Amino acid sequence: MATTPSSQNQFIHRLRRLAASQGPYLALALLLLVCAASSPAFRRPQNLLNITRQVSYSGIIALGMTAVIIGGGIDLSVGALLAFAGTVGIMAMNTCDNPTAGLTVAIVVMLLTGAAGGAINGALVTIGRLPPFIATLGTLSIFRSLSLYLAGAGLTTARHDVFMQVGGAVIGGVPLPAWILLLLTALGAVLMTCTKLGRHICAVGSNQRVARYAAINTGKVTLITYVLIGLLAGVSAFLLGGRLGSISSSTAGNAYELDAIAAVIIGGASMAGGRGSMTGTLAGILILGIIANILDMWGVSVYLQGAVKGVVIIIAVLLQRPQNQQA
Amino acid sequence: MLSVSDTIIATEGIGKTYGTVPVLREIDLRLRPGAILGLIGENGAGKSTLIKCLNGMVAPTTGTVYFDGKPCRSLTVANAIARGIVTVPQEFNLVNDLTVAENIFLGQELTSGFGLLRRQEMADRTQAILNRLNVTLEPTQRVGALSVAEKQCVEIAKALTTPCRVLIMDEPTTVLNQREVKTLFQLLRQFSQQGTAIIFVSHKLHEVRAISTEVAILRDGELVAQAPTSELTEADMARRMVGRELNQLFPELPAAPGAESAPVLEVENVSVPGLLHDISFTLRQGELLGLAGLVGAGRTELAETLYGLHRPSSGTIRLFGRRVRFHSPADAVQAGIAYLSEDRQGAGILTDFALTANITLTSLARYCHPFISRREEQHRAEHFISRLAIKTTSTQTPLRHLSGGNQQKTAIAKGLDHDPKIFLFDEPTRGIDIKAKTDVYRIIHALLGQGLSGIFISSDLEEVIGLCRRVAVMRSGRIAGFLEDDQITEEEIMYLATGVKA
Ligand SMILES: Nc1ncnc2c1ncn2[C@@H]1O[C@H](COP(=O)(O)OP(=O)(O)OP(=O)(O)O)[C@@H](O)[C@H]1O
Ligand SMILES: [Mg+2]
Repeated sequence: MATTPSSQNQFIHRLRRLAASQGPYLALALLLLVCAASSPAFRRPQNLLNITRQVSYSGIIALGMTAVIIGGGIDLSVGALLAFAGTVGIMAMNTCDNPTAGLTVAIVVMLLTGAAGGAINGALVTIGRLPPFIATLGTLSIFRSLSLYLAGAGLTTARHDVFMQVGGAVIGGVPLPAWILLLLTALGAVLMTCTKLGRHICAVGSNQRVARYAAINTGKVTLITYVLIGLLAGVSAFLLGGRLGSISSSTAGNAYELDAIAAVIIGGASMAGGRGSMTGTLAGILILGIIANILDMWGVSVYLQGAVKGVVIIIAVLLQRPQNQQA
Repeated sequence: MLSVSDTIIATEGIGKTYGTVPVLREIDLRLRPGAILGLIGENGAGKSTLIKCLNGMVAPTTGTVYFDGKPCRSLTVANAIARGIVTVPQEFNLVNDLTVAENIFLGQELTSGFGLLRRQEMADRTQAILNRLNVTLEPTQRVGALSVAEKQCVEIAKALTTPCRVLIMDEPTTVLNQREVKTLFQLLRQFSQQGTAIIFVSHKLHEVRAISTEVAILRDGELVAQAPTSELTEADMARRMVGRELNQLFPELPAAPGAESAPVLEVENVSVPGLLHDISFTLRQGELLGLAGLVGAGRTELAETLYGLHRPSSGTIRLFGRRVRFHSPADAVQAGIAYLSEDRQGAGILTDFALTANITLTSLARYCHPFISRREEQHRAEHFISRLAIKTTSTQTPLRHLSGGNQQKTAIAKGLDHDPKIFLFDEPTRGIDIKAKTDVYRIIHALLGQGLSGIFISSDLEEVIGLCRRVAVMRSGRIAGFLEDDQITEEEIMYLATGVKA
């Protein structure tokens, strides 16, 4: 009698551990199977490649959001920063007559603007000691309003075609943004799991006081996470702008921050900081992209898709709640 | 043996298994009203787990808990408190942003007919209980700003204001001074006379002997004895806890470093506004300088200042002859200083991190070439696990799954791992068992022999007397005096610490 419950316990215990550590990947695999089985249109390679492109723009930002959230922060301003960096970058490009020079200027300006925007957020949080939610809510408004002002509330269109050629490039059948998302995920995973900085980000998010006592420069670590996400907003601005040939000051990057946060949470990170993973976030962003796509395929109203997304986020968090804590 | 019907709280066949690891086996415990049970055992023996089975924090895997002789199924925290089972947990459970009074009445707020809080009454009652505990705290102080010992007092005060029939205290005295312990014991005796049963966990066996009427000894999750205290000497307790004879507690003191030994740390007239006044002392190579004083005397603040956490407003600090000004702990670590915080979970370790990652947290840079070498980290962790006898299932176990004493050992390992030249120990043996204490003492002495110098803060005077050849006694932010060799006695220390002859 003694052995049965304990071996059963053991089994349940293993299952829970598996679900806890591999949850996002299992969910992604399951979702893929269900969608592929239910819809031939979904299975088409072209459709799958489209999904990877669609998720890349917010996905790249979600990688930065992973670092920020693991470090105990949050960044609401990234969508607006994307629009701002994109607008400024295209304007700078348009001042160049030479297409190649223009392209170079665009990428440099977008990355720098993104990083600078991130540094401002980081400085407000560390030096200014503002709660990250408040600081980035403020800069969200500032970045969006600045891009509206610069672009007269309209589109900023690139004058060189090479910009669109790069943004629309397909390498080995896979769109460029998807390659970049993949590459950055791999780099991000190495950063978080194999480097001192990654470990320090986790430590600061887990308990800032302990991190400080352990001789970690907590301010610097936090600042770096915001610069990182800003930089990635610049990358995303370049790819999105290149895809469309323009950046809309009013709609570019809208709600990307929310998608990014959702992906990070679905990917298993803790909103309280200290825990999360880049590959989990990649799974999270793919889950969101696939759900949006299949709902389209099934002909579900666009207006209802947000509700489905919301339900998915809530279920993901419920599943990841620590099991053995009683109320 | 007492029959279950005569008990206020009892267990039958209680067992708890985490994953596949059994941590409690077949515990049959019986407690009559008014009994004071000393619960002892090595680090990781299962004391806290047993307590959590009694107060509803943990659901036992097997067995039954009886309350008033009746079995209670599915005990939860809420209905345990409703039955009067009140706990002072090993790790604090206080809300830092609330005041002392708000914490004490959290969940049992006094309200008027309209649901409004009766603040004045709560403050008055808080003041009353603080007075009974003999601690100088204001009910309106924010808990986040309190020292560890003060937080401990708030935690105790909170338990004592809850109506209780069974009072469980998991290592309440680790950071308290003799004086506070004495007051606490007087209160506990009053409670016991009113019929409250008390379970008291401590690694200080003399305390267990002084307060308890009976003793229960846990070893590796098994109850190896429950006997009247009068039948056991301290040595008996230690032997039955560990399973073998323990030799002498304190190692032989090394010769005091003479005047020819180089000064490593010279502190001159250092003041930090509101914390320290005009502190001067010299620490020599190979010396362990004791720092004694009452709660709030400024010992921790002094250590923190040396570690770069507070900026002195005046005075100088010289390290190896060179003047230093630290802006952060990073500077101090760079200069070869390690600090073991008294606030284990608040400042010492990351409970969500694995054992390995905790040990290498401060010293991580030396494992990076440029990527973290997990193999080297693993080696280091294994080294410390065997050197400090840390009880854990693996090197990757998150620290929150380790017992309190084993978390403390990990915190010590973390400090040692960056090979400091000066180690500031703040309550290094907090919550670790008597065998591990002797290990820690030996390690400290071995390191002193190798040229480490240290400052040793402990509320356990016996420890200070046994380990240090020179002691600085602090009183309200100042050094009240130094004691050397034969002068170091409890009376002398208390005299300097309080300013009055006992
Ligand atoms: N949540 C958990 N998951 C896995 N193992 C656990 C968990 N909590 C405790 N343990 C293990 O159970 C054992 C008993 O722990 P417990 O905290 O009861 O010890 P203790 O007697 O209170 O020790 P200490 O004197 O150090 O406080 C330890 O070996 C610990 O590693
Ligand atoms: Mg314990």
